Amino acid sequence: MAFIPHTPADVEAMLAAIGVPDIQALFDEIPASLRVKSLQGVPTEMNEMQIGRLMSERARADGRPLCFIGAGAYEHHIPAAVWAITTRGEFYSAYTPYQAEASQGTLQLIYEYQTMMASLTGMEVSNASLYDGASAVAEACLMAVRANRKSKSMRILVPRTVNPHYRKVAAATAGNQGLRFEEVAYAPDTGCTALEVLQKCAAGDDITAVVIQQPNFFGQLEDVDAITDWAHARGTFVIASVNPTSLALLKPPGEWGTKGADIVVGEGQPLGVPLSSGGPYFGFMTTRMEYVRQMPGRIAGRTVDLSGRPGFTLTLQAREQHIRRAKATSNICTNQGLLMTAATIYLSLMGPVGLERTAAASHAQTRELVAAITTGKGVRRAFSGPFFHESVLLLDRPVAPVLATLASRGILGGLELSEHYPELGHALLVCATETKTQADIDSYVAALADVMQKARAA
Amino acid sequence: MRTAEKVIFEYSRPGRGASDQWPPETPAAATADLPASLRRARRPLLPEVGELEAVRHFTRLSQLNFSIDTHFYPLGSCTMKYNPKACNQYAMLPEFLGRHPLAPESHGQGFLACLFELQEMLKEVTGMQAVALSPMAGAHGEFAGVAMIRAYHRARGDLARNEIIVPEAAHGTNPATATMCGCTVREIPVDAQGDIDLQALRAAVGPNTAGIMLTNPSTLGVFERRIEEVARIVHAAGGLLYYDGANLNAILGKVRPGDMGFDVIHMNLHKTFSTPHGGGGPGAGAVGVAARLQPFLPIPVVGREPPGESGAAPRYRWLTEKDLPQSIGRLSGFMGNAGVLLRAYVYMRMLGREGMSRVGEYATLNANYLLARLRQAGFDAAYPQRRASHEFIITLRRQARDLGVTAMDFAKRLLDLGFHAPTTYFPLLVPECLLIEPTETESRDVLDAFVAAMVQIQNEAEQEPERVTGAPHTMPVRRLDDVRAAKQLDLRWKPTA
Repeated sequence: MAFIPHTPADVEAMLAAIGVPDIQALFDEIPASLRVKSLQGVPTEMNEMQIGRLMSERARADGRPLCFIGAGAYEHHIPAAVWAITTRGEFYSAYTPYQAEASQGTLQLIYEYQTMMASLTGMEVSNASLYDGASAVAEACLMAVRANRKSKSMRILVPRTVNPHYRKVAAATAGNQGLRFEEVAYAPDTGCTALEVLQKCAAGDDITAVVIQQPNFFGQLEDVDAITDWAHARGTFVIASVNPTSLALLKPPGEWGTKGADIVVGEGQPLGVPLSSGGPYFGFMTTRMEYVRQMPGRIAGRTVDLSGRPGFTLTLQAREQHIRRAKATSNICTNQGLLMTAATIYLSLMGPVGLERTAAASHAQTRELVAAITTGKGVRRAFSGPFFHESVLLLDRPVAPVLATLASRGILGGLELSEHYPELGHALLVCATETKTQADIDSYVAALADVMQKARAA
Repeated sequence: MRTAEKVIFEYSRPGRGASDQWPPETPAAATADLPASLRRARRPLLPEVGELEAVRHFTRLSQLNFSIDTHFYPLGSCTMKYNPKACNQYAMLPEFLGRHPLAPESHGQGFLACLFELQEMLKEVTGMQAVALSPMAGAHGEFAGVAMIRAYHRARGDLARNEIIVPEAAHGTNPATATMCGCTVREIPVDAQGDIDLQALRAAVGPNTAGIMLTNPSTLGVFERRIEEVARIVHAAGGLLYYDGANLNAILGKVRPGDMGFDVIHMNLHKTFSTPHGGGGPGAGAVGVAARLQPFLPIPVVGREPPGESGAAPRYRWLTEKDLPQSIGRLSGFMGNAGVLLRAYVYMRMLGREGMSRVGEYATLNANYLLARLRQAGFDAAYPQRRASHEFIITLRRQARDLGVTAMDFAKRLLDLGFHAPTTYFPLLVPECLLIEPTETESRDVLDAFVAAMVQIQNEAEQEPERVTGAPHTMPVRRLDDVRAAKQLDLRWKPTA
């Protein structure tokens, strides 16, 4: 199937109009030595029925285990309307809204999205999305270097409590432009970043920005007010990396400390985007108006047309690659428009109350899970202090075999942390959201106890 | 066409909401452990509307858009071909949709098999030795490609090689990418035939050359005929060749970038492999490399364990930094736009080797037919002595000079006549240009209708120019004041006091 509609009669008439005897003649400018003989390495074609069958078999092989993993991707209920509308052809198969008059749907939707994200994060302006939460942190660091006029060092402090993959992506993306990323240790009792440790790392020098993740990768809640004020007192930008669902309950970065964060980013996946093995997701970015010209990505603005009617268009395009080329704020072109669309519809269906309830229920279920598990033998919480909808547990034995046995019983028990945080020992990051019922939690707790009991006896 | 729609906040009423979709209220005690100093004091500004209101609003918004599903969309270099519904349906099977990115490989063999086979098929159609799927857009793939070139030179101790050569007609992401990778950009001219100026290229290469970024066919819509000579010149000077795959649709199944001498390529899966444009993404910028760049691929990449005992199914796993210690690193929080990759996989399996061979042929047939008919109707081709690839350029400089009607005016009038405009004013080299790419999924009837529309606009330009210069007239909005948009920034809705 190639979705090519031409009949032989069409082809004949078209060749005649062009004035060539056959289609191959159209490739006469290409050296014969370069022309492919055949694509034997590609399998033979399939029709929809055949590919449907193959994909169904493969999906079935992967199954639907009960999932208690968070670590940057969160399972939430997505109302059916979200993707029914998002996959409408007019959204799904539309292009970037360069011809504004033919794209008012997309442009207005971006404007509504920008409004929601700015408010959710407590900031003044939003862009239309970046690739994901990880690359958004990288872009935020590059933006801080541009926007923080008081700083020249390009040194960025990044606590180890920031998602380890995000730290890697920041280094891979921005390392080539002279940025230096410096790790900051966390306090072993609270799993949080202590002010004294930040102080010591900064050592009175010029630091361009500090990244704070809230909740942090361990699910623990950082002392965002103190860190923000400390940073601002020494001319350091604050980059906040946040979970958008949590912002229904937690103070938004725009209200951290006295001045609020300077740049806010995060992973938008919890807002109506399915887990889908890690993508496509979307990164969000918001900031203060004074930095809008340093912000990468597309921005939609409202204006008027020739008749004075309100309309929407991409604006401040002089920041972008198609105009500034080598001097652009970023090379980003295609972003994550369809996911931003889904998030906007999701937020409209949830509203402030629904989002708050989702956040509260997720936190409640995680507390329930942690409380129930830690009553069992050989499991305790790793850290003291407040957390939000994720928590690190310490087991009295290696985690990987426990998780493997649980997985064989259809339960994904969480993320083992030994790869990124070997100093924690046998550590497991668990998460429950509003999608987990009491029965689900009971299953997990019972299965874990059983698996550990058997391991102990062996 | 539908006229404008209110901003959703204007429908909000306090206390309204799609409450049936919300979880039940949690007792206050359940969140009492969250410290007061960290709690949100004021609710965010989010819509308060019922479900039907929200559904109507967003459905009506969608009806304000042109899309491939509704309109011919001949945007040059964007490859707006039909997005098969099957790709969406099978990528969104519940088990694929519900799988956590950190789920164990034991619960992902189906998904990983699809991605591994996608890597293999992409290798075959591009003639490259290895493929990585994690870059999330074309520009992201470009970044990976240039970063790999830089890493290659540095690994060999060749630290002076920091310059990337770019033809003056290149897409803006090319020089922007070079800068992001810490390289400098050196532009070289193209000649009047649309080919790279080889003299200028010979003068530009040297010990500082990291590589050259090229699209072939070029952004001018013509095949770089002396590509093998270009490759020789750059390789002889110690540089590498980067292929921008934006125009791969022209040569799919006919020519392979690997055979042309390219060391690294990126593919736009949302162009050539028909994953949805989505109003601005998500894309996927898979990269392919020759053997010497394989150690530098961005992770993760899907690997396959050898079967072992006969009859056992292959086991797939993620290759990470441990397997690729010289990798340029991780570019995505997880493994890129996985759902997009599944859509590309379904598309490539449906096409198969038979369909893949026909894509380049029919994309080129459609472009040459449209070019021939437009020229017969009196329009000026920018490169009249060249074959069109899958796209071509018409210049309206004569109309602008003689009638005061520009490419922009034609583009806007096309909207009234039910066609999305082609790409305008790119490439920058050709004045008043339209870059037109029909793709292989359009029928002859559609192409003929487009020609008729262009002829109508030409006639209007001669007889009633205001009809064209004042266009569009029948869209939900007329031309928008971009200057005001940038000067009086209104980037979010605010409640009136």
